[in-house]
Amino acid sequence: MNEIDPAIATLDGKAALPRKNGELVFQAPREGRAFGLAVALNEKRAYPWNEFRVQLVTEIAGGNPDYYENWLGALETVLINRRIVTEDGIRRRASEYRALKRDPVF
Amino acid sequence: MTDQHHDHDDEHNHHPEAPSDVAARTLALESLLIEKGLLTSEEVDRVISAYEHDIGPMIGAHLVARAWLEPDFRELLLADAPAAVRERGYEYRAETRLVVVANQPGIHNMIVCTLCSCYPWMVIGLPPTWYKSAPYRSRAVSEPRLVLLELGLELPDEVEIIVWDSSAELRYMVLPERPDGTEGWTEEELAAIVTRDCMIGVARPQVPRMAVTG
Repeated sequence: MNEIDPAIATLDGKAALPRKNGELVFQAPREGRAFGLAVALNEKRAYPWNEFRVQLVTEIAGGNPDYYENWLGALETVLINRRIVTEDGIRRRASEYRALKRDPVF
Repeated sequence: MTDQHHDHDDEHNHHPEAPSDVAARTLALESLLIEKGLLTSEEVDRVISAYEHDIGPMIGAHLVARAWLEPDFRELLLADAPAAVRERGYEYRAETRLVVVANQPGIHNMIVCTLCSCYPWMVIGLPPTWYKSAPYRSRAVSEPRLVLLELGLELPDEVEIIVWDSSAELRYMVLPERPDGTEGWTEEELAAIVTRDCMIGVARPQVPRMAVTG
């Protein structure tokens, strides 16, 4: 199934997905991965889309201009709140990637 | 350095660059979610590719499906397309005008941009490569019937073809005719058969054979 969810395609206002000529633009692989993670989890009903959207708007309101960093932050918060992952778990795993103890390949 | 230095991390020397903090967090999250069995890398790949490429035509296809189901919406779509786009809950922020032209029995519409590649991307995404090609741009006007035939759409001689030349200020989209065999279909089912090419006017919506016989 390659269903496109209109609720995701039409995020509006400041939460609108970065586009060029109507198409999504990912400036780095990590941006596409972050996008794909949130949408795939939504498809699997890990959370209601609106919960993620509200958190995304909150992150963006924090003033960081990096759209997909805000996106990732929103996803982390939603997953931590739902006890799917822990803040500490993410931090430890991320430091393993930064220290090249894991293969940092997207 | 000629003398290779190996430390206990040497199996990772082929990736000498450490990921940025944000990239590392993204990798961390994905790997944790995979370990928990919540998703696979392939599923994430599929989502990315679906949204990267298919997001455009989705809006136009839903407009068409809704117009087939609701005469009032059809009227609005043909009279004021941006208003119809907004009515369905989508954004229409482009300053460009958008006009939807309806196919009818005996009349077939197709769009082109003879000067460059103007295209109703706000409702159907990015243009295919052939749309931007010099032969399509000139021949769609001079010999549209032959161009359609080459693209796989054979129209009877008595069907009139109207070619709409797009510009920077004005974009067109074709509202195809609803095919037979789709009675009782939902908006989702109808939208699924409205392809990008149908809304350019170089194809007609096809009803899968299964749906007709089944």
